[in-house]
Amino acid sequence: MIRFILLQNRQGKTRLAKYYVPLEDSEKHKVEYEVHRLVVNRDPKFTNFVEFRTHKVIYRRYAGLFFALCVDITDNELAYLECIHLFVEILDHFFSNVCELDLVFNFHKVYLILDEFILAGELQETSKRAIIERMGELEKLE
Amino acid sequence: MNPFSSGTRLRDMIRAIRACKTAAEERAVVRKECAAIRTSMNENDQDYRHRNLAKLMFIHMLGYPTHFGQMECLKLIASAGFPEKRIGYLGLMLLLDERQEVLMLVTNSLKQDLNHSNQYIVGLALCALGNICSAEMARDLAPEVERLLQFRDPNVRKKAALCTIRIIKKVPDLSENFINPAAALLKEKHHGVLITGIQLCTDLCKVSPEALEFLRKKHTDGLVKTLKDAVNSPYTPEYDISGIADPFLHIRLLKLLRVLGQGDADASDAMNDILAQVATKTESNKNAGNAILYECVETIMSIEDNGGLRVLAINILGRFLSNRDNNIRYVALNMLMKAITVDAQAVQRHRATILECVKDSDASIQKRALELVYVLVNETNVKPLTKELIDYLEVSDQEFKGELTAKICSIIEKFSPEKNWYIDQMLKVLKKAGNFVKDEVWHALIAVISSASDLHGYTVRALYKAFQTSSEQESLVRVAVWCIGEYGDMLVNNVGMLDIEDPITVTESDTVDVVKIAIKHHALDLTTKAMALIALLKLSSRFPSCSERIKDIIVQHKGSFVLELQQRSLEFNSIIEKHQNIRSALVERMPILDDATFSTRRAGSLPAAASTSGGASLNLPNGVAKPSAAPLVDLLDLSDDLPAPCSSGGDFLQDLLGVDLSPAPSQSGIGQIQKAGTDVLLDLLSIGTPLQSSSPTTDILSSNQNDKSPIATLDALSSPSSLSAQATSSARAAPMMDLLDGFGPSPLKPEDNGSVYPPLVAFQSSSLRITFNFSKQPGNPQTTLIQATFTNLTPNVFTDFIFLAAVPKFLQLHLDPASSNILPASGNGSITQNLRVTNSQHGKKSLVMRTRMSYKFDNKVTLEEGQINNFPQDLGS
Repeated sequence: MIRFILLQNRQGKTRLAKYYVPLEDSEKHKVEYEVHRLVVNRDPKFTNFVEFRTHKVIYRRYAGLFFALCVDITDNELAYLECIHLFVEILDHFFSNVCELDLVFNFHKVYLILDEFILAGELQETSKRAIIERMGELEKLE
Repeated sequence: MNPFSSGTRLRDMIRAIRACKTAAEERAVVRKECAAIRTSMNENDQDYRHRNLAKLMFIHMLGYPTHFGQMECLKLIASAGFPEKRIGYLGLMLLLDERQEVLMLVTNSLKQDLNHSNQYIVGLALCALGNICSAEMARDLAPEVERLLQFRDPNVRKKAALCTIRIIKKVPDLSENFINPAAALLKEKHHGVLITGIQLCTDLCKVSPEALEFLRKKHTDGLVKTLKDAVNSPYTPEYDISGIADPFLHIRLLKLLRVLGQGDADASDAMNDILAQVATKTESNKNAGNAILYECVETIMSIEDNGGLRVLAINILGRFLSNRDNNIRYVALNMLMKAITVDAQAVQRHRATILECVKDSDASIQKRALELVYVLVNETNVKPLTKELIDYLEVSDQEFKGELTAKICSIIEKFSPEKNWYIDQMLKVLKKAGNFVKDEVWHALIAVISSASDLHGYTVRALYKAFQTSSEQESLVRVAVWCIGEYGDMLVNNVGMLDIEDPITVTESDTVDVVKIAIKHHALDLTTKAMALIALLKLSSRFPSCSERIKDIIVQHKGSFVLELQQRSLEFNSIIEKHQNIRSALVERMPILDDATFSTRRAGSLPAAASTSGGASLNLPNGVAKPSAAPLVDLLDLSDDLPAPCSSGGDFLQDLLGVDLSPAPSQSGIGQIQKAGTDVLLDLLSIGTPLQSSSPTTDILSSNQNDKSPIATLDALSSPSSLSAQATSSARAAPMMDLLDGFGPSPLKPEDNGSVYPPLVAFQSSSLRITFNFSKQPGNPQTTLIQATFTNLTPNVFTDFIFLAAVPKFLQLHLDPASSNILPASGNGSITQNLRVTNSQHGKKSLVMRTRMSYKFDNKVTLEEGQINNFPQDLGS
């Protein structure tokens, strides 16, 4: 199960943070800070997995952005790595060539996409097309 | 009306924030925005409500407090339109979590929305429920979700399936109702519903044995068929991940099959063929393919034994292990750990590769590999493996050394074939990483050394040599110092030479030098130095010629600021000087520490040790980690006054540390309420204004009040304790005399600097009273001398009476020793104690003080606490 999802830039600014387990605000800030410190200086040749407390963080870097998933220790790391990539592809598709600024100004849409992709810490939909279509329908309701 | 279309203020706010050059600027912008949002909320502005909340979410993401927006979420959720609801639910998921009580208020809205005719609104409600549902909500809303599992729209069904996972995790009892609807999802044609349904069934099996039994009996074959279809499905671009068809479905199916196959031979048998097919047919040049293989291997390892399949699985892991991609090697190590219980021999074949992984530059791989090596060690390979690991210890990263050291020590201890080897290896570890060796490890080493009597000489010489090169390794120094103290004579006389040793010449004086270096070494800690002092004492008897020199070294610590060292120094010195006759008997060699008793004693104490260390570092995954400040606050014993636990605890520390007290500008309403709750503290900690308003009477203290208060004190003295005039006699007389002394010369001129202040009943409870008498030294108005008089109002004698006082930072407090620590019963005598308080803010701030009294009667320790903020005004200003 995914415990939380973080999207941070190289400076450690959080661009998206979704928690599927309850945490105090102060604890969330601590987690965000620690995860950033864990991943930011790792060699690109290193594994995309870091142990974090009693869980592990699966992360992947896209330009200046770090996508990090915190998952259970027994979960399939490689699958979650694919999962990050799929999410990025969806964002890329939706914003047509996504960049950090898109995510900043449309953070609420990013959350919306994420809610169509993952729910309760589990994968909800794996089809890029299905999610983009669904987003189109939701946008029409605005 | 769309709040997000360009040109509206959310965009503007984000721009303004992004334009900020400094953190201070950003705070200012956020503060202004928050103020505007609050105003708008207070006016109950309908039009801007969702824009405000959207802004708040952004502000929240930047890390600012946004509690005040929580109620807005509920209002938006309750409104009719989809856009409002959408923002409301988003805010609900971001700003709140299941522990907030506000959440209870949303249950009803959720229920309505789950029954809404618009399926998009149902989707929103399901999503929110799945992400933040609490146990109560799970119970209340489970029937709705159960119904939605059969909803016509697949988007709702898949959301309901995942929502159910959350519900059964929160309330496992509810799982019974979901078994049938969940199983129905396994036959779905819709891909998203199928994948979520499989996940739901996996989680159901975890919480409910009935569900597991049911699914195993009825659905194993169906799932095998689904997997078969997935494997043989034609190319579907929609679910294709870099050329691998639908890996996510594969992985979920494999996982559920694993759960079903575990511990059940029939089910395992049913899935053998398809597992073999997946293991052989999946392409392994893509990450997605490897993800499937990895999951498949895990399933093969977990289900009931099938020799052929396992060989296949181990071979896949072998391929993984030699992969160039670090991620693949990592998962291989991870899985080999599980494989070792199944086929240790097969894993042993990869030992060399695994050992290489320990030396990888990537910490994640190192860690996995080390754990694997640790379980691979056995009697036959312990020597070469230990050698490899110890060699690597030298060049490993600092962060990794601790773990590596612990594992090496554990291996040495567990598998050492003979004591000689054990001691040799431990010395190597101590030399290279002595600072990382845990206490219990070197304790055990000393026990082993002690019991190996034929190796005493060899060991002490080896340690002597090791010390010359690695005197900065704390635990090496400790072991060396201990052994030199015990076996120093063997070092000098080369007793018990082994064949492998080169003879060395060490004089008695050289030996003492070693201990002297240890004791002088600034980086070594108290324990080491204390051990060194004992070693010196022992050497003084073993080397009579060096006795004088040793005495000099010992005497140097007579003035040590560390009590322990000072005491040892004084005691040892007097042993050397005055008790020659018993010295040699005192410092005889320690009896052999029996291995067996040592290890049983250690085993007894081990669980405790383990639990303490575990408690600190391995705190619950994502549970609320206790703020480390809390124990400190407890120590300072102010926790009782703190209604808001952690946050204000931190504030308090800040106060103590003199950090600016003014509430952070962006502090929310709730934050401020908490502050108000702690105003006791603020009082104590010196905010001038509240203090004055809280004791308005003090500044009109006039001469007649001065006259009254001593009388009041006298009255009070005799009234509560029925016991007669004697109560006020004898010892009581002293403070009274003081009072009168103070009064005598000029009773009506309290403003005359440095003469008379009204005494103060600083504390009064049913059992204890404290009276303060004040005086000042002429010419030193900042300093107030206080004579505290303690009176026992109960008929029991108090023993071990201790009075403690604390003052804020701008005051300095000096306490003289008390006149006694026994407080006679019934006011029949008292204790006095002098205090000196210097006010660095004299004239600006008044005195304040917190007090704490502890005493014993009936063998019970009683604690009392008080706070004094009604010091006579003219003392301070």
